[in-house]
Amino acid sequence: MAIIELNNVYKIFGSQPNQVLELVRGGMGKEEVLDRTGHTVGLNNVSIAMEEGKTSVVMGLSGSGKSTLIRHVNRLIDPTAGEILVDGTNVMGLDEDQLMAFRRHKMSMVFQRFGLFPHKTVVQNVAFGLEVQGVSLPERTAKAIENIEIVGLKGFEEQYPTQLSGGMQQRVGLARALTTNPDILLMDEAFSALDPLIRSGMQGQLIELQKTLHKTILFITHDLDEALRLGDQIAILNHGELVQNGTAEEIILNPADDYVADFVKDINKSKVIRAQTIMEQASGYVGDVAVESLPKVDVDQVVNDLLPIMLESHSPLAVTDTSGDIVGVVTNKGVTATLWQ
Amino acid sequence: MCRLRVYRMLNNEPEKNATLRRSLYSVLGLVLMVLLFWASYANSKFAPKSKDFWEYIATTSIDKWLNNWPKWLDMPLQPWANSGLDWLVINYGIYFDMVNDFILSLVISIKDILTYVPWPLVILGVCLLTWFVSGKKRGTTLLVTLCMFFIGFLSPKFWDKALETTSIMLIAIFICLLVGIPTAIWMSRSARVRNAILPVLDLMQTIPSFCYLIPGIMLFGLGAVPAIIATVIYAMPPLIRLTDLGIRLVDEEIIEAADSFGASSKQKLWAIQIPLAMPNIMQGINQCTMMALAMVVIASMIGTRGLGDEVLLGLQQLNVGRALEAGIAIVLLAIVLDRITQAYGDRIQERTH
Repeated sequence: MAIIELNNVYKIFGSQPNQVLELVRGGMGKEEVLDRTGHTVGLNNVSIAMEEGKTSVVMGLSGSGKSTLIRHVNRLIDPTAGEILVDGTNVMGLDEDQLMAFRRHKMSMVFQRFGLFPHKTVVQNVAFGLEVQGVSLPERTAKAIENIEIVGLKGFEEQYPTQLSGGMQQRVGLARALTTNPDILLMDEAFSALDPLIRSGMQGQLIELQKTLHKTILFITHDLDEALRLGDQIAILNHGELVQNGTAEEIILNPADDYVADFVKDINKSKVIRAQTIMEQASGYVGDVAVESLPKVDVDQVVNDLLPIMLESHSPLAVTDTSGDIVGVVTNKGVTATLWQ
Repeated sequence: MCRLRVYRMLNNEPEKNATLRRSLYSVLGLVLMVLLFWASYANSKFAPKSKDFWEYIATTSIDKWLNNWPKWLDMPLQPWANSGLDWLVINYGIYFDMVNDFILSLVISIKDILTYVPWPLVILGVCLLTWFVSGKKRGTTLLVTLCMFFIGFLSPKFWDKALETTSIMLIAIFICLLVGIPTAIWMSRSARVRNAILPVLDLMQTIPSFCYLIPGIMLFGLGAVPAIIATVIYAMPPLIRLTDLGIRLVDEEIIEAADSFGASSKQKLWAIQIPLAMPNIMQGINQCTMMALAMVVIASMIGTRGLGDEVLLGLQQLNVGRALEAGIAIVLLAIVLDRITQAYGDRIQERTH
């Protein structure tokens, strides 16, 4: 079920966006618009639907419109045209009070450069969402401390943000976003400002948290590896236009155009493609070997995990689903055909 | 409610209404100029007697016009201001007297309290205040205490006078804060208000003090009150500018973060913007204090007692020593007030950045 829907959203920055909108609708490209009118096309007819409980990643280079897009969801930016539905509600139709209530309860945001309040301690920062809601001091402090512990910063409650490292500050940002217990988590390049090791650790932590929390996460990034690791669904933007929207495997195996193909060409496919994608029909026997006697692997295991087993057993593999039934086989041919097209 | 809707409509579709607004303003401006010309013409003693405008043009040489500004092109501000002031004094004089009495009573009560307290205790009080406000800095506290001591040491009669000057200044600064900070907060929220108030601030800072001192004396009489008003007019603009700037300079990302959690404008202002703008606000208060002290001598010229009085007497009697002593005492007082406000500002800055 789609909890966030963007339908035909346009965003044009400048003094006369509505006039320029007609030009863009007529098919004028971003550069031409900039030359002719001095206006910047942020988003050009973007339509995306995001599933509840999943991590949707929007990816693109600088200037692709991804930060603009995420800010449309909580209406930090208003669209020039188009519809934005969150949980069925038209975000543009909300008045000031309703919008405030929306932002307080339905969603939280984590920012690239942390956005922490330097004059507040860690616990005060984390409790801010609840403070805005009017929750009493003891109650919100208790909840804040809980979330500080969840992100692994126990003991740092009374420190100020300037006393913490980048990774720790972002964990405070994450705790702050989690404390209000929102349905939707908006993460604007949340890990882009961290060094690679910390970034990898935070990604892992987010994946772990998702296993228990099942929040709807909208994650913005320019890092393809990050997108592939975190995203159940990945949308790629280029100059404000949606180029492709699909799972990691779809994007790697069927890039929609040269731009996407260029993006993914250096990816290690074996770490992304799963058994399910490369398996062939199982029909009782493979050659003269019974399928049941083959080494068994799971549908969701990536090729990188399958290869050692294949190399050691010198045989195809039987692929089983969650209930244990055999749904296919993985052969040498299947692997090479897919990975080295 | 309806006004809010119209306002929002005007702001949501700025393109359509920008040209409309611009033409409206131009028309209004034009009408205003025509009215002024008519008023100057009607009022002028030098208006040409001839009823026929074209005949006048034909008979006068352009030469005469171009060499000197025509005497009938004289906006009658002088008679308006004078008659306006007379009208105020005659009809509302009693209210001004009430204000005068009230403010004067405040000044006198503060002065009485300060002079009643024995002078060692005052010095000790200032010392302790500086100690805690600066976050236990020894250097600053020592400097402030010494300066305070030297005010009395320079000349014993300066002590009471310094306290009198201080009490006048404290009232003036309090009024500045009372009026200035809300104004600055309002300015920081709306570009339109800001554009309207900035020229007023420019005016307040550049117009010579006597231009508003004279009407002040006419309305409030000689003494502390017109001095306070003059001080407020002179010292408020830096406070307003710095507070407005401080609030506007708060990191945009932090404001975005506050917005994204659904903070209302009021919550944002008090929980985020003002605390983070405090270093700038304290600097504004510091500047306000310094400008207020600069007005001390001018204030003494209209009957306010205090250190300025001593400088004035020194000037009038050509007693350089007396004027010098008093001048130094004013500087010492300035140092005391400057250090205290500055130290507090620095302490806030350490904490938030």
